Amino acid sequence: MTDSDTKQGTPWGRIARDGIWSNNVILSQSLALCPTLAVTGTATNGLGMGLATTAVLTVSNVLVSLIRGAVTPEVRIPVYIVVIATLVTLVDLGLNAYAHELHKVLGLFIALIVVNCAILGRAESFASKNRVLPAALDGLMMGLGFTITLVVLGGVREIFGTGTLFAGASQLLGQAMSFLELTLIPDYRGFLIAILPPGGFLALGFLLAAKRVIDARAADAAKRRATVAAAIG
Amino acid sequence: MSDVAWSNFKQGIGYQGLLLGFTVAAAATLLVVADRLTREPIALRHAEDMNASLAEVIPASLHDNDLLANSVTLTDASGEPVTVYRALSGHQVTALAYQVKAFGYAGEIDVMLGLAADGKILGVRVLSHKETPGLGDKIEVGKADWVRAFEGRSLGDPPAERWGVKKDGGDFDQFSGATITPRGVVRGIKGGLEFFAANRDALTATVVIQRREDRAGAIQPSHP
Repeated sequence: MTDSDTKQGTPWGRIARDGIWSNNVILSQSLALCPTLAVTGTATNGLGMGLATTAVLTVSNVLVSLIRGAVTPEVRIPVYIVVIATLVTLVDLGLNAYAHELHKVLGLFIALIVVNCAILGRAESFASKNRVLPAALDGLMMGLGFTITLVVLGGVREIFGTGTLFAGASQLLGQAMSFLELTLIPDYRGFLIAILPPGGFLALGFLLAAKRVIDARAADAAKRRATVAAAIG
Repeated sequence: MSDVAWSNFKQGIGYQGLLLGFTVAAAATLLVVADRLTREPIALRHAEDMNASLAEVIPASLHDNDLLANSVTLTDASGEPVTVYRALSGHQVTALAYQVKAFGYAGEIDVMLGLAADGKILGVRVLSHKETPGLGDKIEVGKADWVRAFEGRSLGDPPAERWGVKKDGGDFDQFSGATITPRGVVRGIKGGLEFFAANRDALTATVVIQRREDRAGAIQPSHP
């Protein structure tokens, strides 16, 4: 968690960039790895988990921000945990009753959201120190960054593991989205390890490395531009 | 002055306790309300799911009753309760279905087993499992036709010693790369058939059947 998080009145663009890239839940904070590795066997599962987490994260950030004046530092952790656990249970009940097909696909993942330390992490490091709107945006952007990472991770594992992409997407998003379901490599024999737990660690490792490389290149380029500018100046 | 008093109060154990108590009370209230609101729709969804999986193993042509309404619960050899759903045509039991547990490579496999009244298998469907994707998941009907091999079989066909996978000298195929999963499923189904054999009379006797719809209809007698 960088210092910029804690300053009041953080500009909107910075919150968005933090959430999606520079302070990405998985790639930079290395939080929430348990649900990440557990569900990313396919891109569809990653998308489902990401969207459910985003919803809970945004609402929990708003609630924590609303009660931040009343909550004292000594009891903040139990209060946040009760808030988050209640939210997740409400989402679970609601989906089970009114979006049963979605619940059958996501069922197991929803309970996993409670143990997603990213949600407690954002409550602690951002929502409890900021006004409601920035907190809501932070939740949304952190969730979006989480979702994108899960979809990429799930997509990579799915392509290597089964040769398809977004298999079962119509079950999650409705028949209208069935065009997303692609068979990239017909009659593919499958590289089984990619969809098993070790594949999750491997893919995540490569993804983390890729982000480091991109960040390092960007920093190098910026440094070179600055030296050139200084030389000219 | 009052600000200082307030801030002192906030530091005290009384405020902390109140805060925790209030949070938990609010959360509990919300959960009770949500539970009451969603209990009925969730029960309805589960009944629909159960009906759908029963319809997979019992053809609609065999019965004219609501399968969920005419269930009976017995205990199996190990003392576990088994809910048996009975298909009726008139007052005759034509078929029944119940869940059997099998043990695969990665834990329990829930199997729905549908039997005709004479003990022949009508259909087998795997309801849930945790087997390895790509290897053990060929037990799902959507992935392979393997479970259809049980249709028409019964406890004596093949004979008891051949109720196993080919690797164990039985009649049923295993999959390449996975023996434990099919072995577990075959064993589970054999156990299910033995349960039927042990309780055959209780399950198929016409006299024990009281149709739920008939009881409801009895409130309005037909005589004038």
